[in-house]
Amino acid sequence: MARVTAGLTTSHIPAVGAAIDLGKTGEDYWKPVFAGYDFSKQWIAEAKPDVIFLCYNDHATAFDLKSIPTFAIGCAEEFQPADEGWGPRPVPALQGHPELASHIAQSVIQSDFDLTVVNEMEVDHGLTVPLSLLFGQPDAWPCKIIPFAVNVVVYPPPSGSRCFNLGKALREAIESYDEDLSVQIWGTGGMSHQLQGERAGLINKEFDADFLERLIKNPAELAEMPHIDYVREAGSEGIELVMWLIMRGALDEAVDVIHKHYHVPASNTALGHLILENQT
Amino acid sequence: MALEKSYSDVPGTTIFDADMLRKGYHLNQCCMSLMKAENRERFAADERAYLDEWKMTEEQKEAVLARDYNRMIWSGGNVYFLSKLFSSDGKSFQYAAGSMTGMTQEEYAQMMINGGRSIEGNRYKGEADNG
Repeated sequence: MARVTAGLTTSHIPAVGAAIDLGKTGEDYWKPVFAGYDFSKQWIAEAKPDVIFLCYNDHATAFDLKSIPTFAIGCAEEFQPADEGWGPRPVPALQGHPELASHIAQSVIQSDFDLTVVNEMEVDHGLTVPLSLLFGQPDAWPCKIIPFAVNVVVYPPPSGSRCFNLGKALREAIESYDEDLSVQIWGTGGMSHQLQGERAGLINKEFDADFLERLIKNPAELAEMPHIDYVREAGSEGIELVMWLIMRGALDEAVDVIHKHYHVPASNTALGHLILENQT
Repeated sequence: MALEKSYSDVPGTTIFDADMLRKGYHLNQCCMSLMKAENRERFAADERAYLDEWKMTEEQKEAVLARDYNRMIWSGGNVYFLSKLFSSDGKSFQYAAGSMTGMTQEEYAQMMINGGRSIEGNRYKGEADNG
């Protein structure tokens, strides 16, 4: 049977992708950002997941305002990196896992989470930057990837508790899939940041530290935090953090922290990164 | 009954909710069209003519021509859609975000290096030192 073997969270800042693409990772500004991923790259090289279920948000790329799915699961065989206005990132296309993705869609929809099934879409930095952070610049990504796009652009995004419970349904769906696969769940975006208005540049280290702590130790309670607290405390774009709760819902209540990284700033944003595993 | 907008008292922040979406629909879709290289070329050749193809308000068109990102946001723009506009100008998120704060790009970048804008005084409108 397929198994959820680890959960991972990371910010997906576009400037981080640009730093990788333009060979700037050794610059003083970027060094501390990337140093926090040295361990993670080794860890994932050893963990060798078969599939990554990658929760991210589309930043007005595959979805414009014509239709706004709250949860969209990518069931295609392949996904190309999108041209977001400066040409596509020079990264490999993603190979999907249509059979597992369709199995998850069918199972999760029957658990009352009404996913939108997407059979053709391009993917943006929200999805490709986390892959670059963990895998560097390979000719092909070393595993299959199921893109899972969550609306956090048009208010309101799904609630924290909705995301947390979706993670639980997701785990059940994965664990009922017959093939023996190691599946990781990633939640991306965040942490505190605001990209618009006179309050742009907001960072809240205390909020971020508290969020990390509660995500690890008390996620069910954290999931009850209302949207306004994210907006007010972590900035209008900090609300992306609800996606981390999908990852957390797919793990046990008690987890081991394999790795933790936090750095301010990466461009406009507080960067956070966690690797969690169920206790054995 | 009107929807409760608990976020309306957050200073210097416009939440892109259903009302803003309706207001900014054509502005955002216009920016979205700049993801295609051929549209970027046509836009660069005659910005005004390109904007006139869209059902945008005059205020929105003027804000685009002036690259006034606050005015675009106030008239229904969303930063991820507007990013297609500043990206086609070769500008970064940090440039665009900084331009909305009244700081120079250098001052804004330095504020971020110093740990970003503090949350203290920036939770509610009318607090002592919003900014």
